[in-house]
Amino acid sequence: MIMSANLSAIFYLISGVLFILALRGLSSPETSRKGNFFGILGMTIAITVTFLSIESFSSGLIYVLIFLLIGGLIGAFIAYKIPMTAMPELVAGFHSLVGLSAVLVAISAFLNPEAFNLGFQGNIKLASLIEMSIGAAVGAITFSGSIIAFLKLQGIMSGSPITFRGQHLLNALILISILALTYLLCSTQSSNFFWILLAVSFLIGFLLIIPIGGADMPVVISMLNSYSGWAAAGIGFTLENSALIITGALVGSSGAILSYIMCKGMNRSFFNVILGGFGAAEQSASSGDKEHRPVKSGNAEDAAFLMKNASSVIIVPGYGMAVAQAQHALREMVDTLKKNDIKVTYAIHPVAGRMPGHMNVLLAEANVPYDEVFELEEINNDFANADVAFVIGANDVTNPAAKNDPQSPIYGMPVLDVEKCKSVLFIKRSLSPGYAGIDNDLFYKENTLMLFADAKKMTEEITKNL
Amino acid sequence: MEIDPFIFRLSIFILSIFIGYYVVWSVTPSLHTPLMSVTNAISSVIIVGAIIAGLAGNSGSDFTISNILGFLAISLAAVNIFGGFLVTQRMLQMYKKKKNK
Repeated sequence: MIMSANLSAIFYLISGVLFILALRGLSSPETSRKGNFFGILGMTIAITVTFLSIESFSSGLIYVLIFLLIGGLIGAFIAYKIPMTAMPELVAGFHSLVGLSAVLVAISAFLNPEAFNLGFQGNIKLASLIEMSIGAAVGAITFSGSIIAFLKLQGIMSGSPITFRGQHLLNALILISILALTYLLCSTQSSNFFWILLAVSFLIGFLLIIPIGGADMPVVISMLNSYSGWAAAGIGFTLENSALIITGALVGSSGAILSYIMCKGMNRSFFNVILGGFGAAEQSASSGDKEHRPVKSGNAEDAAFLMKNASSVIIVPGYGMAVAQAQHALREMVDTLKKNDIKVTYAIHPVAGRMPGHMNVLLAEANVPYDEVFELEEINNDFANADVAFVIGANDVTNPAAKNDPQSPIYGMPVLDVEKCKSVLFIKRSLSPGYAGIDNDLFYKENTLMLFADAKKMTEEITKNL
Repeated sequence: MEIDPFIFRLSIFILSIFIGYYVVWSVTPSLHTPLMSVTNAISSVIIVGAIIAGLAGNSGSDFTISNILGFLAISLAAVNIFGGFLVTQRMLQMYKKKKNK
């Protein structure tokens, strides 16, 4: 069955609009499920129309269906099995797949341009060739960059930044060479340049991500999200497909906005993050003289006593909660507190965790209602009126140095005003500084009680003592 | 003089960037993780290119490299489509409001 090109273009437009509605739905949790349904519908329409507009069904069809089924089964299996704490790795992994499929489609179009109406091999239309090169190069960067991000998040590769002399110069040269290769490819149509372009793009994706530290991953993931969108848009132009162009633009701007929000949450410029190597050596001097200050440490009983006598508690979760898988234990503790008529809320810093919204998902998983969870601006004034702040697995996002020490590398970063609470409970495994390598003045405050233990075990202990 | 169809595609592209800008700013921060997984899923609409590549111009049982790359791209994109939408669904189902006492 053959569908006319105009009719299929209209259907692709409809699926593009459905994708817009899918994102629109995420403006509140109530509409979000409907949004996701729109997304699925849009995808179904796009795929169906593609099948209906193929002129002759060949023996290839059965293989297309088989591969579709294999991929679908793997995807569904992963989606049901993945623990919520592993979301950052999963998203990084998925980005790499988008990147790689963009590369594969671009290669396939380059080798067989007739099938895509792009001209003939060795004589591909100029505009198509440029679009194809952009799609392929950005796709390759997304792929190798996401692989590195995945390995760092998974802990297979060290999360510490890898830097070497001349790194920025090398990266700049490679980026220039990508432009030069695209120009050469377009002027000569020689496939050699196409392969070199791909190889160089894979290399730069790898080089761009290795200098970025583990805690900057929220920015990296958002950035790669954006790249995967631009890669899809590049391919969309090549295929003259509006669904793909619309989606590419949506995803590209979505990732860019998230990167911006994450950078702002750390008070760092985008370039500062991308150039990498944060917190490696610069800080060792200023923290050296503070190490022997006295710290008040306590046990679960002390913590339980403090909380039992409180009337309001604010919980500040961070990456450590995810690592210790403490979200369920935390919810149980909060349930007990609530039975004693203690008001409990949660305060989330924009860069808590390893990806945007990471903490919110974990709390939702532990059945914490989303209307008890607040963003930094919404809740920061409440700390002054709260009795206890319970910091679990967070550190730098509570550091008062960001407000009062202009020498501090995190000076100017928005932080939660935890120190304004009557008392602060701080669960931490040791006194070691956070990722930024900065000592936290909060540890030494009069009203801070340090609880040195694994977050999950300590929380369970406290619940027993309540 | 006739306008090149490329210009129309470019217009769609630019306008969609603006739509994306406004729509994404209105996404509530607590749903940023589902936002990333759903954008992942929808960017895999690149599968339409993969399907064309997989079926392009073969009549017999001999597949060109181009076809085979298309098949591979189909499974990669399918992992993402099914994985992305389902995991988003799974996450969104966990977001619940406080129960009224």
